[in-house]
Amino acid sequence: MTEAHRAPAFLADAWRIARKDLLIEFRTRSAFLAAAVFSVLAVVIFRFTWDPTAIPAVDLAPGVLWVIFTFSGLLGLNRSFGLELAERAYDGLLASQVSREAIFAGKVLANLVFVAAVQLLALPAVALFFDLPVGPAWWAVVAIVLLASLGLSAVGTLFAAIASNTRLAELLLPMMTLPFFVPLVIPAAQASAIVMRGQPLEDGLAWLKVLLAFDLVFVSACIVVFPFTIEE
Amino acid sequence: MQTPHGTGATGVASSVPIPPYPSATSGAPRPATAPRDPALEAQELVRVFGGRRAVNGISVTLAQGDCLALFGPNGAGKTTLLRLLGGLLTPNSGRTQLQGVTLPGPAATRRLVGLISHHAMLYPALTVRENVRFAAECQGVLDADGATTRALTRLRVIERADMPVRALSRGLQQRVSIARALVHGPRLVLLDEPYTGLDDVGARALTDALRDLREQGAVLVLTTHHLHEGLALATASAIMIGGRLVHTERAGAGDLDVRGYQERYRRLVQESHG
Repeated sequence: MTEAHRAPAFLADAWRIARKDLLIEFRTRSAFLAAAVFSVLAVVIFRFTWDPTAIPAVDLAPGVLWVIFTFSGLLGLNRSFGLELAERAYDGLLASQVSREAIFAGKVLANLVFVAAVQLLALPAVALFFDLPVGPAWWAVVAIVLLASLGLSAVGTLFAAIASNTRLAELLLPMMTLPFFVPLVIPAAQASAIVMRGQPLEDGLAWLKVLLAFDLVFVSACIVVFPFTIEE
Repeated sequence: MQTPHGTGATGVASSVPIPPYPSATSGAPRPATAPRDPALEAQELVRVFGGRRAVNGISVTLAQGDCLALFGPNGAGKTTLLRLLGGLLTPNSGRTQLQGVTLPGPAATRRLVGLISHHAMLYPALTVRENVRFAAECQGVLDADGATTRALTRLRVIERADMPVRALSRGLQQRVSIARALVHGPRLVLLDEPYTGLDDVGARALTDALRDLREQGAVLVLTTHHLHEGLALATASAIMIGGRLVHTERAGAGDLDVRGYQERYRRLVQESHG
């Protein structure tokens, strides 16, 4: 049985690392504020460049939503390993008995909470600016968003770890990450468009299955690959 | 071969092993802690970065209570060797064993290692206590709060426990960093230029803490440019140039002659340039 399989210690270690990252973000608020400002500004820009007579709001809004989620998430990912490397605190973490897999899981969890917090702000902003009817169907949108965020956070965390060891981390991260975001964003955008149009969630079930499959593949693959990204 | 104290040969053709403890008849004093089985054993370590051998076939054997002071000019490979000895880097060839287990090893073995660097290795936004407690928890210390308080008291920073690390001076940050590294009672402590940025109080607190650890049987490996501090604690010393140990000595702690050592160090560095 490998260290990664000792479930209670693994989960406790992952939670400890996530809590530490979130506490640092809560104290500094630098990445969250940047992502929040970006999200609101993007919604405003999309709103004022939108011609309602050409495209109905329900057709445009899902695209706007996912463009915002994708790029605002990147702002937090860079910080995820930046705070470890600033004073080489990462060395202390790697020298401890915490497994590499638990470090990864903790970072993904912290990034997931960060992305979810930004999305909680962006969702009502999009609904407000595009005058979308808010009803029970939005819970389905929230569920789709969270499902996609898991995959985005896993892929983003892995590439943030790789990019953090380079001098061009902030440039490399989007270049490496965005191609891998595509298989997650397409089914998520399609499924959320179906729900926002007022169609039943069952109509988007095929897209949800694709999204779930990519989540499973990306999360599993990233956990396996992450320990190899640490070695210098 | 050189004398006294079982001094190793010099030369850059191959790395010089750390000599064994001098026998009772050699007249050299034995260290306070008698050596037992090797606690740390590295064999023929090689690490290559971009075609350059940063560490080139180094073997080190240290027993409980040993302190190896490692000297050398910048770029000699001291930090790389330290990281190899702690299992933080994987060697291209060779291996390091800590208490018989090949590093990096399982969690229980990694827990035996403490790492101190000239980098603070702290999170500036967290308080002093939060930083040290986080390290204790990551090392599986059961009474993390108690161990944190004891470590901060020992390093004389307990009165700043609730201050954010970013508000501290560099010297105080370094003391907190040392508390972080020692909070779980490691058996192998790797110190990379630990005296950098420390004031007199901090340097004394560090030396006292390291002396206590050594007397309790921990193995210390220390890299520094400060020969005085390094030799005061050392039971063995080595000069590293170009990825190799070109000179090694073993003696009782504090028995190595600093002035003679300075001369030897200067000569070896000059020879390596010439």
